[in-house]
Amino acid sequence: MCLSIPSKVIAIDENNYATVDTLGVRRQVTLDLIDEAVKIGDFVLIHVGFAMNKISQEEAQESLQLYTQIVEQMQNGEIEPEVGDINYAKQG
Amino acid sequence: MQSKVDLIEGFRNPSHIKALAAIIKQECKRKINIMEVCGGHTHTIMKFGLPQILPDLIEFIHGPGCPVCIMPKERIDHAIALASMPDTILATLGDMIRIPGSATSLQKLRADGKDIRSLYSPLDVLKIAKENPDKKVIFFAIGFETTTPMSAVLIDTVIKENIQNIFFHINHVTVPEPIDVIMSGKDVKIDAFLGPSHVSVITGYKIYEPIVQKYATPIVVAGFEPSDVMESILRIVRQFNAGEKRFVDNQYARAVSRDGNLKAQALVQKYMHKRDHFRWRGIGDIANSALKLKTQFAHIDAEVVFADLLPTQELDDHKLCICGKILSGNAKPFDCKVFGKACIPANPMGSCMVSSEGACAAYFKYGKLASKGA
Ligand code: SF4
Repeated sequence: MCLSIPSKVIAIDENNYATVDTLGVRRQVTLDLIDEAVKIGDFVLIHVGFAMNKISQEEAQESLQLYTQIVEQMQNGEIEPEVGDINYAKQG
Repeated sequence: MQSKVDLIEGFRNPSHIKALAAIIKQECKRKINIMEVCGGHTHTIMKFGLPQILPDLIEFIHGPGCPVCIMPKERIDHAIALASMPDTILATLGDMIRIPGSATSLQKLRADGKDIRSLYSPLDVLKIAKENPDKKVIFFAIGFETTTPMSAVLIDTVIKENIQNIFFHINHVTVPEPIDVIMSGKDVKIDAFLGPSHVSVITGYKIYEPIVQKYATPIVVAGFEPSDVMESILRIVRQFNAGEKRFVDNQYARAVSRDGNLKAQALVQKYMHKRDHFRWRGIGDIANSALKLKTQFAHIDAEVVFADLLPTQELDDHKLCICGKILSGNAKPFDCKVFGKACIPANPMGSCMVSSEGACAAYFKYGKLASKGA
């Protein structure tokens, strides 16, 4: 129940309800808890039928750029690449 | 412009995760025990096998942050007593209905014909109450700071529209107090914390500042995707490497600010205030760690209106259960004698096995991945 999932606002009705898309799944959430203006195309975090907050796409972009930078450094040999696959489980 | 896929998939990209692991491995110079407070983080850590790609110097201690796991049995017995009343519908969220109380669970009670509903949203209560005007609808409210404002919106509607047949049994709990209690214990082996980002979306990250000051322990507010968790660990490593200064760090700047969602906070404060104490399953009694309705709303407070029906006896977990030790970092689920034998998710003996977000339940589900070095 504790998940809060980034979702894209598809439509907003006159009762301040938004239709959001969460990885292809559409649902209705109320925007009543959000103070700032929300518009179609914005991303919001949803939790038990409510939008909790907007998600800053600029901030998300910055994080992703940081990761890409680290990947590039690793490829340039600045960081040793011996880290294994994420699904790799060490034996006993 | 970011697409929807990037906002989720971008934070699950395996090459990002690997690169972050590499840089952590390079920079980490000391043993760091990190408690992830929230069961959602436990889930991410286990599901993506993060312990296997991190250096041995980083160890996870699984915290108490799952509202279902920490519910003491006597309060589940409250729900059962309320649901057993005639002409009553009991509604709640998530796994709550699966959890056994002293004698039965809500799920079993439902199989016996009682009207018990597991909801998607607290707002569904309004529809149920409207469709059933001759019944009492009791909302058994659970959750951390993340979920409390949603209950407050429902309370707000009930008060403003003077709805007569909705009552509340409030079990909302707060994060900083249990962290304080865990840190003040003897033999605590926790060097840093991952703070749940969705809690701080509401409360802001400032709620952790007193704890960081008191215990000189870094807390990084972290998102729930695997790269969020990895980046947060890197931030912890860097805070240790940078010197003595300890602070609350905010990895989830894309939705968390220092002050949080003030509108949501105001709504909670309008209707609820702190309880003197609340018993946490697996930890024990913690002062000021939960909320209740203010006295002027006693007429919708199920704990007041139906007080005569509610059992008062406190019920502890089985003697063999070592959840307390797991929470302080002094044991792993595998160390428990009954783990996976007498204690399984379908029949939990202790809090950590109760919901899929509990440490023992996560080890049970992702057992092979979790057995690093075991
Ligand atoms: S396996 Fe069960 S009894 Fe053992 S510590 Fe975990 S929850 Fe408690």
